Amino acid sequence: MSEATPLLRLEHVNKAFGSLVVTRDVSLDLAAGQRHVIIGPNGAGKTSLINQIGGQLQPDSGRILLDGRDVTRLPPEARAQRGLARTFQKNTLFQRLSTFENVRLGVQARFGSIFDLASRALGRDDINDRAQDILARLRLNHLADKRVSSLSYGDQRQLEVAVALAGDPRILLLDEPTSGLSPAETGQLVDLVRTLPAELGVLMIEHDMEVVFSLADRVTVLYYGEVLASGLPDDVAGNERVREVYLGASI
Amino acid sequence: MTPLPPKDTPTRIPGRRTAGWEVVALGLAVVWPFVASPYGAGLVTEVFIFAIAAMSLDLLMGYGGLVSFGHAAFFGAGAYATVLLTMKLGWSAWAGLGAGLAVSGLVAGVIGYLCVRMAGVAFFMLTLAFAQLLFSAAMKWRWLTGGSDGIGGMARPSLLGLPLADSRTMYFVGLVAFVLSLMALRRVINSPFGHALVGLRENEARMRALGYPASRVKLAAFVIAGVFAGLGGGLYAIYNGFVSPDALTFGLSGTFLLMVVLGGAGSLMGPAIGAGIFLLMKQFVSAHTDHWLLIVGLIFIACVMFFRGGVHGLIERLRTGGRA
Ligand SMILES: Nc1ncnc2c1ncn2[C@@H]1O[C@H](COP(=O)(O)OP(=O)(O)OP(=O)(O)O)[C@@H](O)[C@H]1O
Ligand SMILES: [Mg+2]
Repeated sequence: MSEATPLLRLEHVNKAFGSLVVTRDVSLDLAAGQRHVIIGPNGAGKTSLINQIGGQLQPDSGRILLDGRDVTRLPPEARAQRGLARTFQKNTLFQRLSTFENVRLGVQARFGSIFDLASRALGRDDINDRAQDILARLRLNHLADKRVSSLSYGDQRQLEVAVALAGDPRILLLDEPTSGLSPAETGQLVDLVRTLPAELGVLMIEHDMEVVFSLADRVTVLYYGEVLASGLPDDVAGNERVREVYLGASI
Repeated sequence: MTPLPPKDTPTRIPGRRTAGWEVVALGLAVVWPFVASPYGAGLVTEVFIFAIAAMSLDLLMGYGGLVSFGHAAFFGAGAYATVLLTMKLGWSAWAGLGAGLAVSGLVAGVIGYLCVRMAGVAFFMLTLAFAQLLFSAAMKWRWLTGGSDGIGGMARPSLLGLPLADSRTMYFVGLVAFVLSLMALRRVINSPFGHALVGLRENEARMRALGYPASRVKLAAFVIAGVFAGLGGGLYAIYNGFVSPDALTFGLSGTFLLMVVLGGAGSLMGPAIGAGIFLLMKQFVSAHTDHWLLIVGLIFIACVMFFRGGVHGLIERLRTGGRA
């Protein structure tokens, strides 16, 4: 892979729900190792953008490239198998299964053989160990045998991230991972993102400005589906239009 | 009253392990044909055969969350293939049965391919429609299938020199087929594939985001279920020496569904027990009253409304003191 090929590239992506434009000519790159944060007011189209990258939503036009390969028409599972992982703004977990099984399924997706009908799923030590490691990294290991629906909202929120990390992705999309977390939990999550593998590309939606500026090496502002500004955090924070429409007095 | 299970324990995926009582039941099953009349042996033989089909539907319904209303299509395909190949082409019944498994797997593959992308009511209706299609074909193509009369006159074959015309031999063929099917399906459920199937039942969007090809997993489940339902159908044909469009009816699909719900979906052994209760009740109740179907309807409603885990759930709760 040449230096010039970003992990993820969006080229002139457009999406509308009827007359409501949620993505307007969005182009952006995510390089390996980047911590790219998307901000924007409610309804700006942030989640819709992540859904188009993940394959949950089809753009009306434009292209999405992973490692330079066009994946615009590929379903979510094909993108995931190419190393793309995501979390959901609204927890999307296996509520009735154990915390461990939630993560284990994520590991199995990429390190197990899905169509293996004969061996014992729980007999794969490599997969079990990896699931345990991830739970430990998110300080969820004491909850391994609990049913997910019995976990606190904050723990479920962290499990979202654990499940996404399970398949050892190269690109990680995080949709407001800190929403609903206590300040302490938010701090833990920031630490986690900091300690993620250096070569992982992270694209993250975040509302908490403290989190944004402590993690981001690049910030993109979405406003009514459009990229209002994109660049280094300080440059974006200093941008006149951004100050007018979004950040207001908070910076 | 048994206490409710603690809320924080994950839903155990039942049916994954051999339970002690199953071994006891197997012992009783081995003794049964020696203490029962040929009639009694035949009745339980039928239970084994229907249990195989009910367990195969449970793979789809209980583990995959795919409520198919056309399971008779696979049962009937296996039955017709077995009888037709034996009677029209002169194959041995065993070769006919083997080919019947392939035919029912193929039918399940085609129907599954067209159905697995549908969800909810559309899925339900489509599986029903395809089963009706096969039923109509069996009725119309008289030259091949004998229409509504069906085709009969197939003599029971022998196995290892033992004629299945003997009710005990037939019984043990049914028992062995049932035990092997249970073991095989249990293995599938414990496999990475089985865990993926349960994951799809729980949250398809997340499974796809993790990289699981949802449609292909469901299709594979369909084919596996189809093959086992076909085994049930083929054995039923051998048992009766006869097949008619009854093996493809909407009513039979409903019967399989009821067996699963009555016994407890998602437990394998539950639907097998459901098959037993259903057939024995049918035998005895329908001899005394004309209201058999009404009773079936009431049982179904009671199961769905008050009795979620079915008979198997009840056994598990009693066995574990409410912790299941
Ligand atoms: N499936 C849909 N059909 C119609 N409109 C939709 C759909 N999904 C989202 N929208 C609308 O599109 C707009 C953008 O939604 P989106 O969820 O992408 O915003 P967001 O930036 O993630 O907002 P938030 O900060 O509240 O999460 C909103 O007005 C939303 O109501
Ligand atoms: Mg959002």
